[in-house]
Amino acid sequence: MFEFKLPDLGEGIAEGELLKWYVDEGGTIAEDADLMDVETDKAAVTIPSPVAGKVVKLNGKVGDILNVGDVVVVIDNGSGGAVASAPEPAKTEEAAPSAQPAAATQAAPAQPAAAPAAAQAPADRKPGRPVPAAPATRRVARELGLDINIVPGTGPGGRVTQEDVQAFAKGGAPSAADAAASDTSQAAAERVEFGETGGIPFYELETLPDFDAEGPVEREQIRSIRRKVAKKVVSSMILVPHVAHMDEADVTELEAFRAKERKRREGTPGGKLTLMPFVMRALASLLKKYPQFNASLDPHRNEIVYKKYYNIGFAADTPRGLMVPVVKDVDRKSILQVGSEISELAGQARDGSIEAGNLRHGTITITNVGPIGGTGLIPTINYPEVAILGMGRTQEKPVVRNGEIVIRKMLPLTLAFDHRVADGAQAAYMVTELVHLLSDPNQLLLEA
Amino acid sequence: MVIGELTQETDVLVIGAGPGGYVAAIRAADLGLDVTLIEERDKLGGVCLIEGCIPSKTLIHTVELMDHVKQADRFGISHENVSIDIDKLRAWTQSVVDDLTGGVKTLLEKRGVDIVKGRAVFTSDKSVHIEGAGNIDFKHCIIATGSRINTLPSEYDLPLWDSETALNLPSIPERLLVVGGGYIGLEMGTVYAGLGSKVTMVEFAERLLLGADPDLVKPVIRKCEQRFEKILTDSKVVKVEEHKGGGYDVTIEHHGKQTVETYDQVLVAIGRKPNTDNLGLENTGVEVSERGFITVNDQNRTTVDHIYAIGDVCRGPALAHKASREGKVVAEVIAKHPSAFDNRAVPAVVFTAPEIAWTGITEREAKDEGIEVNVARFPLTALGRAKTIGETDGFIKMISDPVTNIVLGVGIVGPHASELIAEGTLAIEMGATLEDIAGTIHPHPTISESIMEAAEVAAGDPVHILPRKKKK
Ligand SMILES: Cc1cc2nc3c(=O)[nH]c(=O)nc-3n(C[C@H](O)[C@H](O)[C@H](O)COP(=O)(O)OP(=O)(O)OC[C@H]3O[C@@H](n4cnc5c(N)ncnc54)[C@H](O)[C@@H]3O)c2cc1C
Repeated sequence: MFEFKLPDLGEGIAEGELLKWYVDEGGTIAEDADLMDVETDKAAVTIPSPVAGKVVKLNGKVGDILNVGDVVVVIDNGSGGAVASAPEPAKTEEAAPSAQPAAATQAAPAQPAAAPAAAQAPADRKPGRPVPAAPATRRVARELGLDINIVPGTGPGGRVTQEDVQAFAKGGAPSAADAAASDTSQAAAERVEFGETGGIPFYELETLPDFDAEGPVEREQIRSIRRKVAKKVVSSMILVPHVAHMDEADVTELEAFRAKERKRREGTPGGKLTLMPFVMRALASLLKKYPQFNASLDPHRNEIVYKKYYNIGFAADTPRGLMVPVVKDVDRKSILQVGSEISELAGQARDGSIEAGNLRHGTITITNVGPIGGTGLIPTINYPEVAILGMGRTQEKPVVRNGEIVIRKMLPLTLAFDHRVADGAQAAYMVTELVHLLSDPNQLLLEA
Repeated sequence: MVIGELTQETDVLVIGAGPGGYVAAIRAADLGLDVTLIEERDKLGGVCLIEGCIPSKTLIHTVELMDHVKQADRFGISHENVSIDIDKLRAWTQSVVDDLTGGVKTLLEKRGVDIVKGRAVFTSDKSVHIEGAGNIDFKHCIIATGSRINTLPSEYDLPLWDSETALNLPSIPERLLVVGGGYIGLEMGTVYAGLGSKVTMVEFAERLLLGADPDLVKPVIRKCEQRFEKILTDSKVVKVEEHKGGGYDVTIEHHGKQTVETYDQVLVAIGRKPNTDNLGLENTGVEVSERGFITVNDQNRTTVDHIYAIGDVCRGPALAHKASREGKVVAEVIAKHPSAFDNRAVPAVVFTAPEIAWTGITEREAKDEGIEVNVARFPLTALGRAKTIGETDGFIKMISDPVTNIVLGVGIVGPHASELIAEGTLAIEMGATLEDIAGTIHPHPTISESIMEAAEVAAGDPVHILPRKKKK
């Protein structure tokens, strides 16, 4: 029997939503054949079967949230043996005190230290030295039914603290809320209770009115991407004092240039020249001058972390919801290359094939609602980044140039930033420069 | 306990009132269980109280005290003939034992533990028979029958001494041969050397105290070489015969060469074996290994779910404190608490002069198991307190993880090692790092400072000795 545990889906990912089984219980599967689709925080992944054999059991139905490390499939691969459910503590043989003949040796007290090692290493545990943890902490782990050896420790030397055990128990094992979430019938959805609200004055979680009384409603579980977005924006809005600086860039010439180039390059990679790569490239060059917008705030160390790499994320609307693919090292790429990466990543985000690595490590984000519409927007910072640039819809507008009203193509821009890290003047300087760069393609060519 | 016709019933039946059994009984009673304790001896407390730890340490304390007085000349204390009255010492030792065994009885009675005197034999997984006291059915049983002395093969059908006889001080032989260089042999040898016997020690292995790191044993051997007449390692007793006119002729073989010497008495201290035979275990599903130890898991459960085994009858070092800890664990497990014998360190102490103690991993084990360790030593010659009491022979050894600095083992040889080792054991159980120990204020001037100093040596910043060259 082979018990397949949901593998590590990438750094920091603890769970995923089951989208699809490729096999049925009782069916057979070949090694490396597709087993299941799981959607993690932002990406969907297809997981292959590591062994060939008969599928004995599928643990979970479509829509369930699976935890990394859970046994998801049991496959009879001919290796025999019963399926171990909760492994019993292994029976340990005595630590042989001494092998000396009876003539002249003191057998009993030999090797005192060997014994406890044997006593606390049941067969189901990883070999090696026991994880450092105080006796009371180990007891808490046992109370929670946890093997302390799999709990990561945050103390000195990797010592596992009681807090670590409790946090692991909350995150590592399915909570009541998760269990409820895996049942789609709304009657089964358990009410999730929240504790005190962190001592924020006037803040009180309002009781919801009885929506059903007013008319028919439909309820939907908050899952995967929706949940991830919710968590992100809540931390961002609670933790980050947002300030938004707005301006408009005259992109008449840039648009003319873009239209011309686009025609010329039709069909070539990156040829579908959108406005985004220009803005992205211009922004990357400015971030070197204004590092406070390419930073993060580390509250634990009381430090601002300035990043010397320029990875720019862009908000993509996908069938699964909002995703933010990241173009790495924008400052070292041409506008064409940036453009082709954007379209490639956007495509992958839409069809769900994007790798988790391409959804991470952004240093700033751009969100462009222009194609849909809108005269302006105040975007929410993609925490723990400290700034986000919003682009509205480019529109022809009457503007005054040299005392005359002329028609120009205007792009509304908003830079929302973290006021803990940067001040308004810096934002104004940077956005002004950005406006200049975008107004004059030649300058963009020279300076960006 | 419900008393029926012939069969009684109990929630928890404890067999054996040693430091494993009586502690388990007390804890179980305190957790609200109905407990019956069976003990075949008249006194409670087991080997430890009656013929082990307690009497041996009482005697050792006395001979050490005498030795101190003799050595005190250098401090200016003058004395004429320090002598000892054996009858008084025996009576004193007996009173200590009686006091403690009586105390155990009171503790058990006050908790409402039923004490049944007799020898228990299992008749099934659910019942024991006690000669003269009928049967007792149990829901849970704790086997804590301990161990007994190993004897020389039966051809030596001679009235030789063992540790139990020796502890009763039958006489002070002029020439005493101690067979076995383990801790009991060493301790008993020390007692009799202190009382005036000329002691020869013979050990089969190449060195004394096989379980301890050799460097810790060295200062003790130096001292024993002064106190004992002879220490023979790599040597084997091949024949013991009665000597005409009293005493024994003992043939000892060393590297194939045999010599015969005459001794007034021979003390055999060649280990102990678990009391798992004659217990009717064959009538149960309890599994016993070839060497007689009961197989248990990390909750000391045997292969029969409701039968537990603790102390000398199961794996691990045969030491009283290990038995007691297991006793508590098992009582809690029976009371459905999430307890386990998950201790990371069982300290071992040898009450020689100077004392040796170690806990956690030893240097040897680290080497054998290929575990990379940082080993640091702090000599007592550099310690103020050791100077003030004139006992600077010894050192502290700190064994830690070279990457995480977590303390993995501590070894001590020197005065009060038996007391100091508790700190090392706590450090290991807590997962403490070198810095945790080094950053803890230790009172001055005490021997305990040496633990802090050793942690500092290991961490690379000692105060009272020069730092080691940093490994790069
Ligand atoms: C000389 C000497 C010195 C020692 N010094 C130390 C020391 O310094 N420190 C230390 O930690 N350890 C020391 N020990 C070891 C220590 O005594 C044992 O490890 C400890 O006593 C084991 O405890 P236990 O509860 O397992 O069994 P025991 O103490 O052996 O008790 C078992 C009890 O069970 C009873 N019993 C056995 N079978 C039955 C039966 N079928 N029915 C009813 N009753 C039964 C026995 O009579 C006995 O009272 C020493 C031992 C010796 C011999």
